Amino acid sequence: MLIRRPRRSDVKPSEITSESIYRRRREFMKAAGTIAAGSLLAPQWLFSRTLDDLEQLRDLGELKPSPYSTDESPNSFSDITTYNNFYEYGFGKDDPARHAPGLLRVEPWSVEVTGECEKPGTYAFEDLVKPHRLEERIYRFRCVEAWSMVIPWVGIPMVNVLKRFQPTSRARYVEFVTLMDPEQMPAQRRPSLPWPYREGLRIDEAMHPLSIFAVGVYGKEMPAQNGAPIRLVVPWKYGFKSSKSLVKIRFTEEQPLNTWQQITPEEYGFYANVNPEVDHPRWSQARERRVGSFFRQSTQMFNGYREEVAHLYRGMDLRSREYW
Amino acid sequence: MVRGLLLAKIGVFLLCLIPLVIMGSAVVTGAAGPNPVEYLSHETGQWGLRLLLLTLAVSPLRRLTGWAWLIRFRRMLGLFAFFYVCCHFLVFAVFDHSLGLPSILEDIVKRPYILVGTLAFLLLIPLAITSTNSMMRRLGRRWKALHRFSYLIAALAVLHFFMLVKVDTREPLIYAGVLAALLLLRLRPGQWLARRTASRREVQKEA
Ligand code: HEM
Repeated sequence: MLIRRPRRSDVKPSEITSESIYRRRREFMKAAGTIAAGSLLAPQWLFSRTLDDLEQLRDLGELKPSPYSTDESPNSFSDITTYNNFYEYGFGKDDPARHAPGLLRVEPWSVEVTGECEKPGTYAFEDLVKPHRLEERIYRFRCVEAWSMVIPWVGIPMVNVLKRFQPTSRARYVEFVTLMDPEQMPAQRRPSLPWPYREGLRIDEAMHPLSIFAVGVYGKEMPAQNGAPIRLVVPWKYGFKSSKSLVKIRFTEEQPLNTWQQITPEEYGFYANVNPEVDHPRWSQARERRVGSFFRQSTQMFNGYREEVAHLYRGMDLRSREYW
Repeated sequence: MVRGLLLAKIGVFLLCLIPLVIMGSAVVTGAAGPNPVEYLSHETGQWGLRLLLLTLAVSPLRRLTGWAWLIRFRRMLGLFAFFYVCCHFLVFAVFDHSLGLPSILEDIVKRPYILVGTLAFLLLIPLAITSTNSMMRRLGRRWKALHRFSYLIAALAVLHFFMLVKVDTREPLIYAGVLAALLLLRLRPGQWLARRTASRREVQKEA
């Protein structure tokens, strides 16, 4: 028997910010912005929602299973939510878990779509996600720092969402921008990275069926420390390509400059495909430590997704600096 | 007095073991977080470096405070620094390389930060071996010269730390600052000048 658990859209109406309030708030903020610093005004707090309590994360209901899921056993929810790189909250792996839940306001949330497409605009998070069926995707996740996890993401194929914006023939790349708001992301007060965090994919990479916009883990909405409310997951690339807390999608003709390449081009490139044969200039990428185990295991080409993605790079010498 | 010193030494010994106990229990209880090997690598490295710097701080502290007895704890601190660095190396050798010698050697020659750390570690070994009273007697003046390498070792360790961080250099900078202060104190410019002029005068007198 199938027990239908409440879906995201079944949340009590009083709990969600309605579209009209959302719009009114935008108007109000616009007006207020000219008078005073918008950040000091109360309405922000009246209508916003943070994810302070991991226990209270909303259930995402029925999920479509995916043939792309691995049968390796996933890391625990606690591993996934306490060991994060999210420099907007500090450099420590435990900083995001300590700071993000109380600060990141996931509601209201919207994503601005710009650039080479027919349907640019600002889309409310709900409108972005609602038309799609949520899938569970259990993926390997390999960090450039040589640790890895197995994570049961919940998301939607990126291709299905991007197609709705009708990218033009000039859209050869997609840039993804993370939220910039030092009030919600306190480490942005320091210029440790050139904020906001930017990532990019070639359009065919973004449209690949493995690429998803993830909105949850373990059947629940995305915890703040994992990049709530919506982030990319591109499982054959190093983790830094799967950027978090997405607020902007830009279709472009030119290859965008991603943050890590911008600050240390001698160490990070645009492609960042997992490749055990190409070492990071300072450490080996041949092996990785699966979080939770003491010893290392071999890293697989394209993080084990070779069959699915190798054709994207046919004819490219993946050892050459150009394609790091 | 002798008894007091013995008790104090036992006290310092136990104090120096506290980080080890904390690390052990953190791994067992899970407080070390989801990646205990990384935790151990970082903690042992940090404690090795801290104790190294503390060892170097003993003689300037003695001079500043006039507490001659401080020197009695220096050897123990130095040996504990060595102990934590050994643990640090063991974490690397056991968990990163499963004790495979070829892969350890490959990492050492291929990764500059590992090479620098290894240099520091190797240089520490003769210092640990020559830390006994009999060695001190046997080496005489050369003992002091040999143990001045501890400054180089600390500098290499700080460099090692600098080279491995991705962007956040604040922590290694703090260690670098402490080391720089210790070096300045070591040089004692005022006293050095005084001694030099004094010895010149003696040379002149003899002439
Ligand atoms: C005097 C000797 C050494 C000292 C004082 C020292 C100290 C340190 C310190 C302070 C750290 C950084 C910890 C942190 O990030 O919190 C570190 C990291 C590390 N050290 Fe050492 N180290 C020494 C020798 C070595 C040797 C001989 C090796 C291996 C052959 C080694 C391998 C490593 C590794 C693998 C890391 C971790 C890198 C990472 O997590 O990215 N170290 N060490």
